[in-house]
Amino acid sequence: MTAILVLEDGRVFEGVPYGAVGETFGEMVFNTGMTGYQETLTDPSYHRQIVAMTAPHIGNTGVNDEDPESGRVWVAGYVVREPARVHSNWRANRSLDDYLREQGVVGIAMRGTRALTRHLRERGAMRAGIFSGDALPPVPDLVEKVRRSPEMTGADLAAEVATTEAYVVPAIGEKRFTVAAVDLGIKGMTPHRMAERGCEVHVLPATVTAEEILALDPDGVFFSNGPGDPGAADHAVAVLRGVLDAGKPFFGICFGNQILGRALGLGTYKLRYGHRGVNQPVQDRRTGKVEISAHNHGFAVDAPLDGPFDTPYGRAEVSHVNLNDDCVEGLRLLDRPVFSVQYHPEAAAGPHDAAYLFDEFCEVMGA
Amino acid sequence: MPKRTDIQSIMVIGSGPIVIGQACEFDYSGTQACRVLRAEGFRVILVNSNPATIMTDPEFADATYVEPITPDIIEKIIAKERPDALLPTLGGQTALNAAVALHESGVLTRYDVELIGANFDAIQAGENREKFKTIVAKVAEEHGLNAESARSVICHTMDECLAGAEKLGYPVVVRPSFTMGGAGSGFAHDEADLRRIAGAGLDASPTTEVLLEESILGWKEFELEVMRDRADNVVIVCSIENIDPMGVHTGDSVTVAPAMTLTDREYQNMRDVAIAVIREVGVDTGGCNIQFAVDPATGRMIVIEMNPRVSRSSALASKATGFPIAKIAAKLAVGYTLDEVPNDITKETPASFEPSLDYVVVKVPRFAFEKFAGADQTLTTHMKSVGEAMAIGRSFPEALQKALRSLEKKDSQFSWTGPVASKESLIARMRIPHDGRLRTIQQAIRAGATIEELHDATKVDPWFLDQLFLIHEVAESITEFDGPTLKRAKEHGFSDVQIGEILGLDEVRVRDLRHALGLRPVYNTVDTCAAEFAAKTPYLYSTYDEETEVPSGDRPKVIILGSGPNRIGQGIEFDYACVHASFELAAAGFETVMVNCNPETVSTDYDTSDRLYFEPLTLEDVLEVVHAEQATGPVAGVIVQLGGQTPLGLAQALKDAGVPVVGTPPESIHLAEERGAFGRVLAEAGLPAPRHGTALSVDEARTIAEEIGYPVLVRPSYVLGGAGMAIVYDDDTLTTYMGKAATDHPVLIDKFLDDAIEIDVDALYDGEELYLGGVMEHIEEAGIHSGDSACALPPITLGSFDIKRIRTATEAIARGVGVRGLLNVQYAMAANVLYVLEANPRASRTIPFVSKATAVPLAKAAARVMMGATIAGLREEGMLPASGDGGTLPMDSPIAVKEAVLPFDRFRGVDIVLGPEMRSTGEVMGVDAGFGSAYAKSQQAAYGGLPTKGRAFVSVANKDKRAMIFPVKALAELGFEILATEGTAEVLRRNGVHAKIVRKQSDGPGADGEPTIVRRILDGEVDLIVNTPFGSPGQSGPRLDGYEIRTAAVLRGIACITTVQGLAAAVQGIQHIVRGDVGVRSLQEHAQRLRG
Repeated sequence: MTAILVLEDGRVFEGVPYGAVGETFGEMVFNTGMTGYQETLTDPSYHRQIVAMTAPHIGNTGVNDEDPESGRVWVAGYVVREPARVHSNWRANRSLDDYLREQGVVGIAMRGTRALTRHLRERGAMRAGIFSGDALPPVPDLVEKVRRSPEMTGADLAAEVATTEAYVVPAIGEKRFTVAAVDLGIKGMTPHRMAERGCEVHVLPATVTAEEILALDPDGVFFSNGPGDPGAADHAVAVLRGVLDAGKPFFGICFGNQILGRALGLGTYKLRYGHRGVNQPVQDRRTGKVEISAHNHGFAVDAPLDGPFDTPYGRAEVSHVNLNDDCVEGLRLLDRPVFSVQYHPEAAAGPHDAAYLFDEFCEVMGA
Repeated sequence: MPKRTDIQSIMVIGSGPIVIGQACEFDYSGTQACRVLRAEGFRVILVNSNPATIMTDPEFADATYVEPITPDIIEKIIAKERPDALLPTLGGQTALNAAVALHESGVLTRYDVELIGANFDAIQAGENREKFKTIVAKVAEEHGLNAESARSVICHTMDECLAGAEKLGYPVVVRPSFTMGGAGSGFAHDEADLRRIAGAGLDASPTTEVLLEESILGWKEFELEVMRDRADNVVIVCSIENIDPMGVHTGDSVTVAPAMTLTDREYQNMRDVAIAVIREVGVDTGGCNIQFAVDPATGRMIVIEMNPRVSRSSALASKATGFPIAKIAAKLAVGYTLDEVPNDITKETPASFEPSLDYVVVKVPRFAFEKFAGADQTLTTHMKSVGEAMAIGRSFPEALQKALRSLEKKDSQFSWTGPVASKESLIARMRIPHDGRLRTIQQAIRAGATIEELHDATKVDPWFLDQLFLIHEVAESITEFDGPTLKRAKEHGFSDVQIGEILGLDEVRVRDLRHALGLRPVYNTVDTCAAEFAAKTPYLYSTYDEETEVPSGDRPKVIILGSGPNRIGQGIEFDYACVHASFELAAAGFETVMVNCNPETVSTDYDTSDRLYFEPLTLEDVLEVVHAEQATGPVAGVIVQLGGQTPLGLAQALKDAGVPVVGTPPESIHLAEERGAFGRVLAEAGLPAPRHGTALSVDEARTIAEEIGYPVLVRPSYVLGGAGMAIVYDDDTLTTYMGKAATDHPVLIDKFLDDAIEIDVDALYDGEELYLGGVMEHIEEAGIHSGDSACALPPITLGSFDIKRIRTATEAIARGVGVRGLLNVQYAMAANVLYVLEANPRASRTIPFVSKATAVPLAKAAARVMMGATIAGLREEGMLPASGDGGTLPMDSPIAVKEAVLPFDRFRGVDIVLGPEMRSTGEVMGVDAGFGSAYAKSQQAAYGGLPTKGRAFVSVANKDKRAMIFPVKALAELGFEILATEGTAEVLRRNGVHAKIVRKQSDGPGADGEPTIVRRILDGEVDLIVNTPFGSPGQSGPRLDGYEIRTAAVLRGIACITTVQGLAAAVQGIQHIVRGDVGVRSLQEHAQRLRG
């Protein structure tokens, strides 16, 4: 049996099937993390993306029941170089290969993951398909199929990945705050990080309205990460405006940062190939300190870097920048307890350098 | 925070001679630091006693002191140079210890020198076990992290021990408190063991105290390389996982980067702990490493230790990731923050990030047990390896197999041919960690062992074991020569040699077939970012993957082949020559390309050459690099002459494959190395050589020996470092020797010249003119390997007539052989006849020493000559002096003494007597106005110095008795109390030296408990030992007595002189120290004086 990865520009990589056999389509992206494949696979922000891992050996520590960030694998397809044949870790209870198969995730193990990464770096993110089986159609037909698959730009995907029912993550220890967290594709670690700090987190569906949020009388409102084009997330933007009008403290992560940007009147744009990994240097512009941070975003907010700017909600500033490419990584209102970051302080996978942002959220809720 | 402007001059301390555990990785870090600091405009004052280092080249510092790294000498330099700051974190433990001593003695305060890069409290906290335990407990508690120190209990009675062991669980480690060298320590696996070991331990301990500690043997071992700046930004540069679990020193373990068997949760916990510990310890700026042990069954994590400085692992991490730790540590020390320092490799992104690897790096240690008969070869927590090789591949199997072949050692690679031992015997063998354990495992797989059996015996993680099974399965699939099979084998790192072995084809045939299939490696870039950004610095490794990334250039290229892993006889000196060639040829307009696989070196810094290939130095790997380079432009030449025997051994095969080898042609190399041919060269020039012959059998050997007369010097042909060399005095020993010698190469037999003066010459020849680089006179007699012998330059007892003879002879050899570049000749002067012992048409071990002693960059000049320059031209350029050479130094020029440093303290039980087989790991240089003070400095730098008072014990062989009298008399006059064994004492007394007779070890203690000399040495009653060996090795009687004396000297770290010539030199040295006329002078001042 063979497997083949086909890019929309016609470039093809051959390999062998990994995980489920079949076909799958998505936006082709690469992730440079050397650890954390289980967290990556289950991160809802990867919905409709085929993820290639630049680290060659994947699956070495198997799969356990503690590390998933959601109830299922979200990636549309998985590209690795050297899948583990034997896994080894005291917490593991099955192999990654079995897990992917069980979850129906089509993958490919192939040599050219670096060539693929270089290609995407030069040409930008693009659509792709993985096809595996015994008798595959000729390549031109497969390229055609890839070109007919949907594009990421313009896709409103939050509703596809978010919870349909509200649920509560109870505070760990004494309850200090009530947080209304809008699930646009939330990772399990995010409410956990808040709960650790005494927050009772009400996770709400993406379809929730501002009125429903405010009816909970939360101490603060949170918008999560999630997949898709922020430019298409008009509902979320409208909801956030309602929250801001009510003067509630707000914290957003990733997609949540883009929604805040739009609510403040800023635009968003698609990065050429995005940031996906756990080693990105982000500078907190107030302190000058650098955080090594976890990233997963293909879009970014377009905001002035040279100083504060006016918005319908008062003056705002870019609070964090990525030192690699000066990309906007955080926004903050100067006169209101409203802030967000483009990257992932909840980590999972990734370093914990930015965990202080959860403390700051609690601080503004307590003020 | 930008650069500090309140300091202008910085002192950097190097790590001294290469010793096991502290090798040329500190030349790499120190060189980087010096370059950075000078580029930032600081005045750099460097102290390092090791002349073979690149950092001690005069151009890397404003003032370079090749002086002993001792507090008094450094104080003298501080008083002279008045630096504003001292950076001690780049010179290993030696530099850190020196800094602590200077701090404690108040020197730093007195001269107002600020310690930068580390602070005193942080150094203490890292070193003090108890303090460190407290810190670990504190950060675990405060941050809710999974981190502990090994649990332990202090016990004073057997009952307490039994209760303690019950609590900790067997096995436990027993450590008696306050005993010398860990005496009485051991592992107790059950109560019986504990009663025995702890019982003895309680007795042995002066405080009747033992520490019981839980055993973490067999746990997984990891290390993180961390950097912190003064704004408290912290990054983890690299994670390293040891394949050999806890119990084997990291330096002796096969290690992998990045860590392969950690989930993100565990890795992030480790990262959090590392950062919290470093903050708590208070490492202000710079790099440090921190080691962890993880219980594979439960994930419990123990923090073993941290080093608040750059280390061997940081060099490895720098090469593994492309993140130059030492360079950045130097920048951070002078005030920059990580985000202000650009990443050299991408140029566009900052250094405040964590490298991401899309490849696997494997490091393998190289041992030299064959040099130390009698040494315990079990790998323990005490490091024993002398070097290492690193390899990069796109998968673990590829990287591992490349690393193993980089070792260039017979049987270092996996093999599937030949008989296989029984599974049981292999499993029994692998239970004890040893050099080549992975190969033992591989052979056990051949013998049918399962992962479970292998894991049970070694505790190596099952993931790694499965990778070995994968390699094995690929090997098994190689049954015929077809494209897909071959491709799969190459992707898993199989060499053409290995494939040929399996298929019964020779290497060249496999290569031809492979090339016919169009199957060649591609070269990927080490880019710090897994291809996320474009890399600007060409640092490449081969892999069987999709796309090649070799950039094209427009200048003619020169490829320089490095010297591979450090080993005894081939070390940093050769790297020095390669690096010099690279710098010089780049300046001369060539594009320089370096090939090497030793991560400790300067040559494998991506900054050194225009392009770096981190590759094994085998014929296959080198040919592929040459091909890849030729594909992007013309290659003007490949230099094989500078990297020692490794590249030299490839010369003919490279030439046969059509590669443009420059310098001395392979045919000429052969002419010098092949006995018969070389004999004809000497005969034509009318030069005498000791009588000799070549034998292939015992009978032939005996006939030759009879003909030329004993003693004879025997050795296998084609060796470096005198491997397998011996002096033989009789037929029986000769028979034994021939029985052990390998038979694939003939054995050379030479008349051994007793009492000769040995002379070493380094010269440069361009086909017309000879430049005599330096003439070195050995201090020890002939028969001691030149690498282990101390020597003086200029020669101390040779006159201008002798030097003229040496010049004529050297020129005749250079012309006769056809040298283009460097030539090293060894002579022996006996009864006023100058014998030629051997000639090597390549850079020698002494090139850096000669270059520094004479202030002439010989390796640079050689590189130019190889590329076509003439000596006359180089004289005109000013690279060589306008007239004269190393043979015409003025009479009053300073004397430089080179002394070898031997690793006997690592190999307890090995006799420390010097012989024809080289065993030193490193060298130091002492330079001063006169021989005595220069020699004293060399001893101080190598062994901590000569005593100036106290007791001297003298016991010499009969043949040395006459020569000993005068120097021992001088010792007595200096105030030493002389102890001697009976025979020696008699001679001394007859000559008016009062010597007190002491009992030999073989006499045993006297009737009234008078101690033997060995006891006295162990009790610290002796300050200087003079003991020349006599009797045959391995016999009882006098030889054994001597052996026990010398072993005791090593145990106590007492100066021990084993030759009478060494004694004479030492006495001169002591006289100078007593007189107090030991000054300090920088190489720059030295050069000015030499060159007028």
